[in-house]
Amino acid sequence: MKYTLSVLVENHPGVLSRVAGLFSRRGFNIDSLAVGVTEDPTISRMTIVVNGDDYIVEQVTKQLNKLIDVIKIKKLNPKEAVERELALIKVNANSQTRSDIIQITEIFRANIVDVSKETLTIEISGDEDKIEALIELLKQYGIREVVRTGLIAIERGNKVISKSKSEEDE
Amino acid sequence: MAKMTVARAMVEVLKSEGVEIIFGIPGAAIYPFYDALYDSNIKHVLVRTEQAAVHEASGYARTTGKVGVCVATSGPGATNLITGIATAYMDSVPIVAITGQVNSSLIGKDVFQEVDITGATAPFTKHNYLVKDPKKIVRILKEAFYIASTGRRGPVLIDVPIDVQMQEIEFEIPKEIDIPGYKPKEKGHPLQIKRAVEAIESSKRPVVCSGGGVIASGASQELQILIEKQKIPVISTLMGIGSIPTDHPYYLGMIGSHGQKEANLALRQADLLIVIGARLADRALGDTKITEDMKIIHIDIDPAEIGKNVDTNIPIVGDAKQVLSEVNKRISERKDFWAYEIKAQKKVLPDDDKLHPYDVLREISRAYNGDYIITTDVGQHQIWAAHNLYIKEPGTFITSGGLGTMGYGVPAAIGAKFGRPEKEVISITGDGSFQMLLQELATIKREQVPIKIVLFNNTRLGMVYELQKKRCTGRFIATCLDGNPDFMILSKAYGIESMRLESKEKLKEAIEIMKSHKGPFLLEVVTSPDEPTIP
Ligand SMILES: Cc1ncc(C[n+]2csc(CCOP(=O)(O)OP(=O)(O)O)c2C)c(N)n1
Repeated sequence: MKYTLSVLVENHPGVLSRVAGLFSRRGFNIDSLAVGVTEDPTISRMTIVVNGDDYIVEQVTKQLNKLIDVIKIKKLNPKEAVERELALIKVNANSQTRSDIIQITEIFRANIVDVSKETLTIEISGDEDKIEALIELLKQYGIREVVRTGLIAIERGNKVISKSKSEEDE
Repeated sequence: MAKMTVARAMVEVLKSEGVEIIFGIPGAAIYPFYDALYDSNIKHVLVRTEQAAVHEASGYARTTGKVGVCVATSGPGATNLITGIATAYMDSVPIVAITGQVNSSLIGKDVFQEVDITGATAPFTKHNYLVKDPKKIVRILKEAFYIASTGRRGPVLIDVPIDVQMQEIEFEIPKEIDIPGYKPKEKGHPLQIKRAVEAIESSKRPVVCSGGGVIASGASQELQILIEKQKIPVISTLMGIGSIPTDHPYYLGMIGSHGQKEANLALRQADLLIVIGARLADRALGDTKITEDMKIIHIDIDPAEIGKNVDTNIPIVGDAKQVLSEVNKRISERKDFWAYEIKAQKKVLPDDDKLHPYDVLREISRAYNGDYIITTDVGQHQIWAAHNLYIKEPGTFITSGGLGTMGYGVPAAIGAKFGRPEKEVISITGDGSFQMLLQELATIKREQVPIKIVLFNNTRLGMVYELQKKRCTGRFIATCLDGNPDFMILSKAYGIESMRLESKEKLKEAIEIMKSHKGPFLLEVVTSPDEPTIP
């Protein structure tokens, strides 16, 4: 099972290494980790995708909570969250294959952001499945390079995960 | 607001936190701080290696309940603290460790005596700081004391570059500390407490497993009220020894692979296990399997401990003292004490002409009647001490339970004596452990710390030797301590009185001599290498 955790942390140097270190030290698997500053410049948000069972997720959450720089953690329900990942895919393209690739790109509502004689670079955002599907289709042309950001996620509707702690999230 | 250097401000904050004593060794990267210390009335104890500084701060913290403070210079000074910091982390001891760091502009360049000590200690500090902005020093130090001494306690490290120490700041102590990500929860959830009370009342064979958390939270009295009302037998982890007097009629002893038979038996027969302030690590459980039909209540200040090693039916996050007093308010009285039978089976120790370690420890118990603070090292002698000493009060049995650090005992005893000078402090050690930090004899001499050291000399790394005897069919490698010094001459070199005990006839007399001696004293007990951990 995959779980998405949304984690608010103090925007201090060293926090990322503490979080990442905790994962390796305790033998947890992270699928992806994306970080960026929030609307409040003193706080960053990490979106962490963890692979494991309920016990693992509970342990991850509890151990993360022990870090002084971690302000809040919420396990996101995929049905109630918007999840996105950005990927850049550089794929082989020649005069014969170019129009096929452009068509595929359009179907996926992706963008071509760079063109050279032998390659096209495609930008796509979406959930993991969508990106996987595009990569799968592009494989036949020869993928040169893939760069992915890891998942970011936000809750749907007017719910927010903010600095002030409320009982329900504990 | 007064203008002063960061170094001075650091000393001012220490004063305002009530720090009376610091253990450490200076160096070029921390000299401004030391220079500022010169003008204060905080006592500084010069140790002979930094590892001892942390252990001494630890002994001090564990006997006083205050935060222990130690200081080291950058690089090797800082890395020498590491074992001590990890030891304090595993046993939840509140420590603030201050290290000097190279000039901020040189950090990351591998210059002379530079080491990334915050990176190195991140896994086993509760939190740590590298101070880059001089203006933040006061807040950071205040936070460090707050974090170290609240919630589940533990070590905090602060690394201060030398140029930062020398900068001038406006000094003002903030009134409040607010750390958004750190809000320890002390009160147990009322519903869970209600469930716990019901579970205890409806159980047939409940057992309390008491851990170091009971001592740390000062919950011994509440624990006794609970068990006496409900007639519950108590077993303890190594860290929990002393949480209830060891002569209490309901106390069955320590559990685990090195535990007492009665305690393990009670654990196996229980239908309800009430774990308080313990993590139930592998060594504590030994080969006892927690079965599905045993219910578990787990009370701990650290939510991450609950459900980590054993599955819990009723988790209660909170301070043991608070939770237990809530439980006690609601709990009824019970009539029968189910574990008397187990207690009656208590093993009688062999009594022959030979001088056994348990004879010595029992004689010490008798002579002092439990009016002492005991520290131990790690090995067979630690287990002998855990099984045979009379421990009367919580916080008077001090040992490295979590990390099992050899070399802990003597420095911890020094710290304990500084913390509670009115108490007799006795360090129980082995010849292997003692030699890991024996340079602290110099600290004992210099500061005239009147501790007693009881050294069980079996010329072996006994615990490992015993393991080799059992598991490696006697293929002994690297466990014979040939080349041990003559400990009598050694202590003489440090100007410390000593005596060697070799026979049972001299036992009473030797303990009397040790007890009546005013200054520091070393009693070497010559022990057979084949003396088992559990007779
Ligand atoms: C720093 C450290 N190194 C190694 C060990 C492994 N170890 C555990 S017990 C032990 C032997 C202890 O010997 P001694 O202090 O003489 O005590 P005894 O068992 O003989 O009573 C050793 C080497 C340890 N616990 N700590």
